[in-house]
Amino acid sequence: MNPASTSFAIDVANVTKTFGARSVVNQIGLRVGIGEIFGFLGPNGSGKTTFLRILCGLLTPDAGQGQCLGFDIRTQAGEIRRRVGYMTQRFSFYEDLTIEENLDFVARIYQIPGRREAVQRSLERLGLTERRRQLAGVLSGGWKQRLALAACLIHSPQLLLLDEPTAGVDPKARRDFWEEIHTLAAEGLTVLITTHYMDEAERCHRLAYIAYGNLLAQGTVEEVVRQAGLATFEITGPDLPALARQLRALPGVEQVVAFGLALHVSGRHPQRLAEVLAPLIQAPRTLRPIESGLEDVFIGLMSGARDNFQ
Amino acid sequence: MTLLGFNFARWWAIVAKEFIQMRRDRLTFGMMIGIPCVQLILFGYAINSDPKHLPTAVLSADHSVFSRSLVQALGHSAYFDVVAQAATETEVQRMLAHGEVMFVIHIPEDFERKLLRGERPAVLMEADATDPAATSNALGTLQQIIDRLIDRDLTGPVTTMRGRPGPVELRIHRHYNPEGITQYNIVPGLLGVVLTMTMVIITAVAITRERERGTMENLLSTPARPAEVMLGKIVPYIIVGYLQTSAILLAARFLFQVPFHGSLMLLLAVMFVFIVANLSMGITFSTIARNQLQAMQMSFFFFLPSLLLSGFMFPFRGMPVWAQSIGSVFPLTHFLRIVRGILLKGNSLPDILPHLWPLTAFLVVALTLGIRRYRQTLD
Ligand SMILES: Nc1ncnc2c1ncn2[C@@H]1O[C@H](COP(=O)(O)OP(=O)(O)OP(=O)(O)O)[C@@H](O)[C@H]1O
Ligand SMILES: [Mg+2]
Repeated sequence: MNPASTSFAIDVANVTKTFGARSVVNQIGLRVGIGEIFGFLGPNGSGKTTFLRILCGLLTPDAGQGQCLGFDIRTQAGEIRRRVGYMTQRFSFYEDLTIEENLDFVARIYQIPGRREAVQRSLERLGLTERRRQLAGVLSGGWKQRLALAACLIHSPQLLLLDEPTAGVDPKARRDFWEEIHTLAAEGLTVLITTHYMDEAERCHRLAYIAYGNLLAQGTVEEVVRQAGLATFEITGPDLPALARQLRALPGVEQVVAFGLALHVSGRHPQRLAEVLAPLIQAPRTLRPIESGLEDVFIGLMSGARDNFQ
Repeated sequence: MTLLGFNFARWWAIVAKEFIQMRRDRLTFGMMIGIPCVQLILFGYAINSDPKHLPTAVLSADHSVFSRSLVQALGHSAYFDVVAQAATETEVQRMLAHGEVMFVIHIPEDFERKLLRGERPAVLMEADATDPAATSNALGTLQQIIDRLIDRDLTGPVTTMRGRPGPVELRIHRHYNPEGITQYNIVPGLLGVVLTMTMVIITAVAITRERERGTMENLLSTPARPAEVMLGKIVPYIIVGYLQTSAILLAARFLFQVPFHGSLMLLLAVMFVFIVANLSMGITFSTIARNQLQAMQMSFFFFLPSLLLSGFMFPFRGMPVWAQSIGSVFPLTHFLRIVRGILLKGNSLPDILPHLWPLTAFLVVALTLGIRRYRQTLD
């Protein structure tokens, strides 16, 4: 396949992967445009990591087909690997090598021209120059993440597959990281990123929500929220935990979540929900409709999906 | 540069990485140098020592004075301890088989009379030569003991027989191990044993370790190809193998005075094939094993029969045919013949070729198997 013939960095359909009798990735189809930052969300064990591994040829799908950067995911894994930067969820660089040695190893493996300079540049860009002689194993979690990111950028990939790259990273570093991602995307790099953070999800151009192997929602943040068709009310006032327990038993109430000093109550039918809630909320408690947030939607999706493990 | 899909730059990346990791892993590195030293001392000195006071039984059909003094003289020598007087042949055989005694001396009927008449009676010494190094010195002194006894005790017609060899015919039956390994055999053999053990283990954990530490996922997502990874992991250990070789050869020469009759260069060249053959075996194990423990176990399952069936522990020709066939598979078997041939017999290349090609064949098969088994995916 000719890489130029497609405008999608990732274009797969019906991808299925089963371990034993469980289908961990179930007929997932996904299209990610070039230069797009695509968020991949879902509860633990929903198959996100597995899907990323399939994309870069680390796992062979049981069914499904498609291309990644114009190369067939089944037959051209070698070509894909050369052009993809894959950052694993678990730190997978050599703990007994220093930061610099790790980067140097990666640079050699990808045969980067001007290797030493590339390593220096990458150290500088990530602010690791001072720590270059530190063993990777003694780095704190956040620094390990930065090293991993630096390492998978070193060969200037066309597609980044990032598996929870900001887990355990402090807010400042996370913001820097997202700045960097957006800059790279503007230059044409495609990024597929998994995360459990809502603020990060909102920074993606588009996102997909996957639960227990099934793709439940896909689109921009607005689209995903709209598709969910969820109505949400905010309740404030005293003694909310007791009220929450009471509300959960009501018909038409799909979820009750505490948000700071307020409760978010969501359901599919705004009318019914309002009717059910109104009699229960008297002063000093207040009730008002709000926009459903991404988190409301995801929690709704998650409780709607059933873990196929059970 | 790429040749048949093999990329030298990527291969070198792995080599460089392995070198750094080896340098940092002091414990393993120390073990690789330490193990040969310990084994050398254990095997080399323990086996070469000169055991004394070995349990001996007497089966005497002659109750003369001379017979009695012969038994006494045996007991007085440092090598033999007379622990039993046997009455029957079956009893003697049982004692030998159970290891209760290591020697049985048979004194024939009318021994003294025949001796005095100059009929050259035969004394039979049966020896348990399972561990030949343990018995050979003792057997060596036997003739002296008898000669001295005759010199001292016998007068009369027999004195004329002095000086002429052998008024007594000494027969020695070595049981269980007719071949008899000399101590010179052991130290060169150790070279092969030590290398088999360390080389197989060290690479057996090489890939399983990457898998256990999670670095495999990363390595697999790079363009590195199986052959590059495997050969990259092998190279640093070739050097370790040669370090061990040097240590053992130096010890062989200066601690144990093993003769070096053949060409050292030829030996070092053969070592290469042998070292790589073992490293390849280890690499192949590590593609099969799920974790480091399994890899270690596989290495031991390989090492033990190598040790037992190669001719290091027991003489190869003393083994039944089926055991010889199994033994012929192991690189150690062929290497032992080569190293003993070169060092002790001064063999040259044409002499060792019959043993060199099985070694090479093993290398090729093991490496091919490893490369083919190396999975490029995680499933
Ligand atoms: N090699 C494997 N063999 C068997 N089961 C596996 C294997 N790899 C993953 N699984 C199972 O597949 C399911 C999905 O795992 P996966 O790692 O893809 O989830 P995830 O969405 O990345 O979860 P998390 O958010 O916790 O990282 C899990 O239930 C896991 O136990
Ligand atoms: Mg995951």
